[in-house]
Amino acid sequence: MNKELRLYCDTDQLAHLRQFLDSRLKETSLSEVDSLQVILAVEEVCANLIIHSHECNPSEYIELNVNNNGNSLIFEIKDYGRGFNILEYQEPNITHVIKAKRKGGLGIMLVKRIMDKIEFESNGTKNICRLFKNVVSK
Amino acid sequence: MLDIKNIKEANYSTLQLEGEVDASNSVELDGAIQSVLDEGIDRILVDARQLDYISSAGLGVFMSYLEEFQEKNIKLVIYGLQEKVYQVFVILGLDKLMAIKSSEEEAIEELK
Repeated sequence: MNKELRLYCDTDQLAHLRQFLDSRLKETSLSEVDSLQVILAVEEVCANLIIHSHECNPSEYIELNVNNNGNSLIFEIKDYGRGFNILEYQEPNITHVIKAKRKGGLGIMLVKRIMDKIEFESNGTKNICRLFKNVVSK
Repeated sequence: MLDIKNIKEANYSTLQLEGEVDASNSVELDGAIQSVLDEGIDRILVDARQLDYISSAGLGVFMSYLEEFQEKNIKLVIYGLQEKVYQVFVILGLDKLMAIKSSEEEAIEELK
């Protein structure tokens, strides 16, 4: 399994992303609950890039590559832009999110709790975020 | 796709959610809650039986009202969440912070 998706920077594309991921995950042993969570985590990273790094400019795009090495599903999300280092992001305290009536800040928290490993690398123009989810092969 | 119906009962309103809430349409959920509040209604049920997906954008909408609801004694109860969607609330501990019930009957009881 090695599948790529080019995702244009428009939040209307997120439904398309979910369909793509759903069909990829059907090939794995993940349960319905786990599949939804993995889709959610990948979407959160992509939505974050679309909205914050690319300001919903539909002429720009990010690239998603899905791989299964037998032990892990690997979601590689590549973009050319400002870059967002998910590893350096400080999780907000959930009670602060409520007090501040913030509507954001929860997405990265979800990603970190759902995925088993996260990597980030950037050379200044090209940024790569890799999300790993452990699986048992079918 | 997200479809929201606002159903008025004698003592409360029900927002019936159908489809998926993500960053592209969470403003619709926000608008629906706000319009119920604008009608002066302080008891709200959210029928989530046909909600297939929610991302942080949608969860954030619910969370952004928690404080205001507490201050003004407004009650919002979600019921009928599918297990896969409920587990997303659990990851963030929102099941402890929000009123979530299995059935409509329990949710109506919680509104009292």
